Amino acid sequence: MILLETEALTRAYGGVVAVNKVDFEVESGLITGLIGPNGAGKTTLFNTMTGLDTPSSGKVWFNNKEITGYPAHKICRMGIARTFQNIRLFKELTVVENVMIGRHFKTGKSETKGRFLNAVKSYVKLKEEEEEIYEKALDWLDFFDMEASKNELAKNLPYGKQRELEIARALATDPKLLFLDEPAAGMNPQETDHLMATIRKIRDLGVTVVLIEHDMKLVMNICDTITVLNYGQKLAQGTPHEIKKNPSVIEAYLGKDEA
Amino acid sequence: MLNFFLLILIYSGIYALMAMGQNIITGYGGMLSLTQAGFFAIGSYVTAILTTQAGWSFWATLPVAFLVSALFGLLIGLPTLRLKGDYLAIATLGFGEIVRNVLNNWDSLTNGPMGIQRIPMPVILGFTINPYKKYAFLVMVIVFVIIAYILFQRLARSRMGRALAAVREDEIAAQSMGINITKYKVYAFILGASVAGIAGSLQATFTLSVTPGTYTFMVSVMVLCMVVLGGMGNFKASILGAFIIQFISYFPQLTGLSSVIPPQFKQILFGLILVVMMIWRPQGILGREATRYRKRAVTPTGGEQ
Ligand SMILES: Nc1ncnc2c1ncn2[C@@H]1O[C@H](COP(=O)(O)OP(=O)(O)O)[C@@H](O)[C@H]1O
Ligand SMILES: [Mg+2]
Repeated sequence: MILLETEALTRAYGGVVAVNKVDFEVESGLITGLIGPNGAGKTTLFNTMTGLDTPSSGKVWFNNKEITGYPAHKICRMGIARTFQNIRLFKELTVVENVMIGRHFKTGKSETKGRFLNAVKSYVKLKEEEEEIYEKALDWLDFFDMEASKNELAKNLPYGKQRELEIARALATDPKLLFLDEPAAGMNPQETDHLMATIRKIRDLGVTVVLIEHDMKLVMNICDTITVLNYGQKLAQGTPHEIKKNPSVIEAYLGKDEA
Repeated sequence: MLNFFLLILIYSGIYALMAMGQNIITGYGGMLSLTQAGFFAIGSYVTAILTTQAGWSFWATLPVAFLVSALFGLLIGLPTLRLKGDYLAIATLGFGEIVRNVLNNWDSLTNGPMGIQRIPMPVILGFTINPYKKYAFLVMVIVFVIIAYILFQRLARSRMGRALAAVREDEIAAQSMGINITKYKVYAFILGASVAGIAGSLQATFTLSVTPGTYTFMVSVMVLCMVVLGGMGNFKASILGAFIIQFISYFPQLTGLSSVIPPQFKQILFGLILVVMMIWRPQGILGREATRYRKRAVTPTGGEQ
């Protein structure tokens, strides 16, 4: 089943066409890799699909519903969560608070029903709600083996842990689809191995994963399918094996590494 | 002397309300807004006009003052949402001045620069809270401060407080966590405005007369000073800041030195306080409120250096 699909998605910044008529497909339940040289438009493609950037033209469907141009918070609520290439944690908040924010729209009644009146809600109800958010957040920290650091400020975590916390925070929104923008960037080989195992674990939870990554070992190891972007255009799509052998991919991207 | 002391305490309470409102906007939401004087004026004039011209009681004017300032909070919040930092400060600064100009010039309603006199004293259960006998009035103000403090504190410790913290820390990440950042920014403005409106009502019924000259830009600066001095993101600190700043600003009169110290001393002092705090203790006297999830021990001291 196709979970997410774009049709001729385009984002131009003046003369620079960062994403050029891209048809991108994400199969439910798989780990999809999105690779390409620096500046190929990978992050921009993520941004236009998650509502942080508006496409110049083209369409995005999620779960058979068109979501083109939806605001970011709505897209998140529909079930797409993400991390950022340049880590965007709430730095001055604690580790557990970061994850709790991921639970923001998960508790209470519908968002439209006067959340503003929280202050006059019964004390007991407020306490229960907080407790529920807190417990869930701890569960996610546990998933990443980070419970011990729960009261530390996010900015004080080691770099690799910050990347993991960002994933934990995204998962706290209970997404169907998780976008990871260069999750292994800045990690050492051991951390990267650990991350690979974690991503598989996330997939096994039933979360569909799309990841942008430069670490070819990681990509070839864990991705079920790979899409290659080059100069904003889709260059190829296939299994890791097919991508490795694709001559235009080798020329555009892998070639440089293998040489 | 005691009377003067009580007067300062009453003003401290009234300003503490405004400071708590500023704290939700600036301390929690991270938005540098300079509007409190405008909402303060709106609350005062709502009470002044309705009591003197429509014969309402002070208590009946309170919800109106609350709603009218909340409405203006919404009106000022929406268009300024896209602005950040200095730009937001400048845009909101204009609002207070507009309010004051309207009050100065809308003679038929506000009596222009002459202002409105003979505002009735508040009566509760047949007991008149006479501002000249300050004790009862002080008790009333303290009750208002306590109620506001409890409500704000609960708000801050709920999802809303966290959502505002997320908006302050990183708007893009906040959006991507499903937080409607526009909504929360506007909420912060509305809350900050409405409590300042209530403070305005109290001010009107305390001084028993209002003139536009009371609601200058300096009021907004003073309120901001209170929040920064006490510590952003901490309602107790806002109250503390209000007391300290009020005592400092009445220092010349309190010590009988008002003939020696020029009135401009306040302005200079507030500027100095802001600068000194920014350099030596950017988190304020009390610092950000330590939550259950944030042990005070790990709270950093602002700067990276
Ligand atoms: N906000 C922006 N304004 C102008 N150009 C941009 C902007 N964001 C990205 N670009 C350009 O779009 C192209 C693709 O960038 P990006 O999506 O970040 O690539 P990748 O993530 O594949 O490295 C680059 O040429 C980049 O300079
Ligand atoms: Mg990128």
